[in-house]
Order: sequence, then structure tokens, then C-alpha cells
Amino acid sequence: MTAPLSSALGLQDLHKSFGATPIIRGVSLDVGKGERHAIIGPNGAGKSTLFHLISGRFPLSSGRISLNGEDITGLKPYQINRRGLSRSFQVTNIFPRLTVFENLRCAVLWQMGYRYSFWHNIRKARDANARADAVLQQIGLAERAMMPAGLLTYAEQRALEIGITIAGGAEVVMLDEPTAGMSRSETAHFVALIRKVTEGKTLIMVEHDMGVVFDLADRISVLVYGQIIASDAPVKIRSNKAVQEAYLGQALEAEH
Amino acid sequence: MAITTMTKPASLPLDLAKRYGIWILAAAVMIVLPKIFTSGAALTTMCLMGIMIVFSLSYNMLLGQTGMLSFGHAVYYGLGGFLAVHAMNVIAADKLPIPLPVLPLAGGLMGLLFGFIFGAVSTRRAGTAFAMISLGLGELIASLSLILRGFFGGEEGITANRTKMLTLFGVRFGPQIEVYYLIAAWCFACIVLMFAFTRTPLGRMCNAVRENPERAEFVGYSTQMVRFIAFCISGFFAGIAGGLAAINFELMNAVNISGAQSGVVLLMAYIGGVGHFFGPILGAVLVTLLQVMLSDITGAWMLYFGLIFIGMVMFAPGGMAGLIMLHLPLWQRGTLLRILPHYAVMAVPVLMSLAGLVLLIETAHHQMVKAASDGPAMAMLGIPFSSNTAPPWIVALALLGGGLWLGRLYGPKLAAAFSDAAHGKDLGKEAAR
Repeated sequence: MTAPLSSALGLQDLHKSFGATPIIRGVSLDVGKGERHAIIGPNGAGKSTLFHLISGRFPLSSGRISLNGEDITGLKPYQINRRGLSRSFQVTNIFPRLTVFENLRCAVLWQMGYRYSFWHNIRKARDANARADAVLQQIGLAERAMMPAGLLTYAEQRALEIGITIAGGAEVVMLDEPTAGMSRSETAHFVALIRKVTEGKTLIMVEHDMGVVFDLADRISVLVYGQIIASDAPVKIRSNKAVQEAYLGQALEAEH
Repeated sequence: MAITTMTKPASLPLDLAKRYGIWILAAAVMIVLPKIFTSGAALTTMCLMGIMIVFSLSYNMLLGQTGMLSFGHAVYYGLGGFLAVHAMNVIAADKLPIPLPVLPLAGGLMGLLFGFIFGAVSTRRAGTAFAMISLGLGELIASLSLILRGFFGGEEGITANRTKMLTLFGVRFGPQIEVYYLIAAWCFACIVLMFAFTRTPLGRMCNAVRENPERAEFVGYSTQMVRFIAFCISGFFAGIAGGLAAINFELMNAVNISGAQSGVVLLMAYIGGVGHFFGPILGAVLVTLLQVMLSDITGAWMLYFGLIFIGMVMFAPGGMAGLIMLHLPLWQRGTLLRILPHYAVMAVPVLMSLAGLVLLIETAHHQMVKAASDGPAMAMLGIPFSSNTAPPWIVALALLGGGLWLGRLYGPKLAAAFSDAAHGKDLGKEAAR
């Protein structure tokens, strides 16, 4: 069975166990092109594990994953990335001793076709430099360009994390808790940033902040104990009894 | 020249002139050096420095740039050297029309070939596993060098005669000075090429892999492939260094390919500073100088060498290059002169404790190694004393202890003055204007 052509990402009956412990227990999902899809669920539901499975960081126990209709099951992270899927990390994952500009440039080199070149002068790689500069402007870190990334503030590092993720121009972008650990004003700013940089792309994100989820998502999937118990438009998810019982009720109460 | 610093794409003509200025200066220094230091010993030492600069820079491609700690880099240096020695003999015997100056390239290709073969195995892993594999491969080749006598020549090694090659422009490379300029030319070319490598997409991704291999995989790069290509290129330059060594010594033996040689190149890179491109150059120059000079002065030179290394690891992990770059902000703010008087004061306790340490080591060395055969009488700085009497020990301990105590006393003041000069109020800049 292959996913329909309009599908950006297709998951078919994914399973993942660590030893005897099942973490993901039969997840199937289709995310359409251009969709903004949020995955929510209580702690320990397996959201980050699901991200690791899709992006190739962990091998599957069973199931199939397709990207734009093409089977990517069992591929390495870099092979998946080259096919147009890019992800961010829950815990900031940057190149700390490289400059902010260098972080972004490293993120564009492969997609710009430089691959393993040791015969191009990187200063003359105008397209890569221009692209890195453009992303630098987009994420608002132009004034920090020459600073080692490890010296940025937490919020700035989170912005860089997003920048590295989208810099290569991937069509499918996965963000793992992009606003974790941020203040309210930073979060609002960040939602605008995410909206801007994922314009026209397929977005899949894990997020705990319900405000962000309902603000950004076209569709929400609720993951509980390794299974998707509901997948629907935000309004319908809000009124879904099973979801309220499992998770959303408490989370929404906590919001108010 | 720092590996991690990067400038934006816009490169002004002034910037270019600045950058080429360094290269012109380096070339000029290399050309002029033998006119200043004319003795045979100095010339030999400088030849060795040139070889070691290439070797240690090739090593730092792995350690500093890609974050791969290798304990077996002498394999590629040694194999390159052995191939060059054999090539010299074959060329001489068959009267092949190949001039001597291209031979290091043969060494380089040998290094590249074995970098390819062994790299394919060892770069599958990173970190400790890679280090252990490199150690194993190093030991394997080192022990093979004593077994395969046909290629490695056993304990005596393989000799050759560099003057029997095709002669170009009447240069036969008999005199050491001609060899010096051959080494200097190759050394310069290799430095330029290896520096250029740091400015390529792959060179940058090597840094990225060193910093965060996981993230590198998620921006489309196979970290294994990055490590592998870097390893091959590093093997190539190590082989060139080996080829130069073969030409210089006209001899290659088991020592050149041993674990000890792999250790020396690690020390050179580390003492010089692995975090900056020019660090290993400083390290190669200093360590070669120490090897040549210290071994003439004292029998305990290996101990000093080890102490310097430990001292560097503990107190200046950035190496000499790191220490120099520490002063860059002061230079830029124009406050460098402000710190000098504090250094002058600090020099007193430092020299005191060093003198104490040296006296202690030399007296102990004499008492333990030489006293049995030569008697306890010895002398330092022309002062005669006996190693089995109390005074030299008391003086040594007093100097060492007193120096350390004074150093601790003044240390905080120096640190405060330094941080003031680096980040404090901008008094110095005003004064400089």
C-alpha cells in the first residue's frame, strides 16, 4: 500500500520497542502537503520517539514510512534529510563553537550541491553564503552572526535551532517542542517566526503549549501511550470526549 | 587564521592584502633563515622543522579540525617515507628520468593509498573506538616493519642516495642547503594547501562533525564520509612529510613508523595548539628545537619534554597558539602594553620555580644515573657542587617552593590586570590614541 500522491509524510503501522518495552504501538498517519500538523499528548506518550523514528535517528521495530510517496523506511538521517525532511531538536542541538553564520552555512551546503567538495573556496560560494545570510535575517540573529553559537542566549539558540532546520530548504519540517522553556512574550514572537519560516511547507510539530498548537495547526493528532487516539481539526479535537479525558482537559485547565 | 573564526562573504581588497601579507612574510622567512643561521647543525634542524610542520599540520586535520584522536599517524608518514626511499633506489638503478623534487608526491600517494585502506576501516567509528583502532593499526604496521624485511629493511632500515636522480638545472641535492630549499618549497606549498582546505565546504563540515556529529547527520552529511575523506587527505600530507624525511635522511627505518613517532606528532600538535591552524606549526618548530637542543644539554630531556606536555594540558589546553590568541582582544583594544609590567613581575617567581625545578631534576638525575660511575661531583652554571650533599637539594626546594609561593601571591593581581585589560574600562585605548 502506497500513500496517496498529495501526501507529504505517510506513517503505516509504526512500532518501536526498547527491549521488551513498547513505546510506539501502531501509529498510522498521513500528513498532506502544506499541512500544519501538531502532535500532542501527555509526557511519556512517545512523541519525541516518534520524531526520532521518522527522522531516522532510531530504527523502527516494524512499519513503513514514506516521504512524498517515496519509501524512506530504514534510511540514515542524512539520507532522509537529503530527500527533503528536516527536523529540530527538543534539546538545543547546534554547533556551539562555530559562529552563528557558520552554523547556518553548514546547514545549507549539502542542499546547495557542495556535498563533500574540497575544491570550492567557501568564501566564493555565493549562493550558500547568500542563503545563510537570508536565514540569518529571517531568524533575527544578523547582529550575532560572528558570535560563537554557544554564547547565544537560550531564546537565540532556539531561534538558531529553527534556522538550521529550515536553512536547507526542506519541504517537510519537523519541530520538536520549539517553544519549550520560553517566556510568554518570547513564545508569541516565536510563533510568528515559525509561521514565517515554514510558509508553504509541510510542518509537523510536537508542542506542549496549547496556545501555540491551536494557533498554528490545521490538524492535531493526540498521542497517548504510543497510539494516536484522535486526529482531526483543532475545533473537533477540543470537543472530543476521549481526548479530553486522556489529556486535553488537564492541559487546558492548566492554561487558564 | 583560527579554524573557528569566519568572516562574511564580502572580502575587501584590503582584507586580501592583509591575508597574502602573511604568506609573503612566511615565504620570506623560509628563504632568509639559512642566511641567518648558517651552521650545519642549524640547517639540519631547520630541515627537520620543515618536515615536522607538514606532518603535524596533517595530524591536526584529524585532531583539531575533525576531532579525531589518532595514535597511529606515523603509519602514513612512515609508509610514504619507505616508498620514497625505494623509489629513489629504483630510479637510480634504472636511470629513470624522474627528478628528486617530485618524490615527496610519491610518498604522498602512498599515504593516500593507505589512508584510503585503513581509513575505510577506522573511520566507521568516532571517538574512543576510532582512537583504539588507530592504535591497533599503528602497532600492526610497526611490528610488520620488523617482519617484512624486504620492504622495511629490519632494524637497519633502507638507505638511498638522493644525488643519483635525474639532474635538473644542475642541482644535484648533494649539499644540505639545496635539500633545505626543496623541503621549504614543499613545506610552503603544503601549508597553503592545508590552509585552503580549511576554507572549503568539506573543511567546514569537518569542524561541524567535530562540534556535533549528530546534527551534521541531520543537515545531510554522512559523518563517516566526512571523517573518511579527511583521513585520506591527512594521510596524503603525512606521506609527503615522510617522502621529505626520506630525501633528507636518505634513510628510513622502523623508528620512523613506530608508535613513538605517532606520539611525537601528537605532542607537537597539542603543544602548539590544536584549536588554531598555525598551532601545529609552532608546535613542530618548538618540539624539534627541544629535541635537538635539550638532548645535547641534558640526559633527562625526555622528562622535560613530558613535563612541558603535562603543563600544557593542565594549564594551557589551547597550546601556544591558544596563549597567543588569548592576547588578541588586548591587541585589538590597544591594552597589550598595560599587561607587560605585570608579566615582568610574574617572570621573577616563574623563573625562580623553573630554576628550582631544573636544579632538582638535574641533581636527582645525576645522583641516580651518573653518580655511581662518575662520582657525585657536578656543576650547573659553572657552580660546582656534589649531588650527594644537602645544599643543592635545599636550594632547589627553596627556589621551587619560594617561586610557587610568590607566584600564588601575585597570580590574582595578574589575573585581575589581565581581565581589566581585556574587558575593563577603556583607559588604555585612550592613552594609545
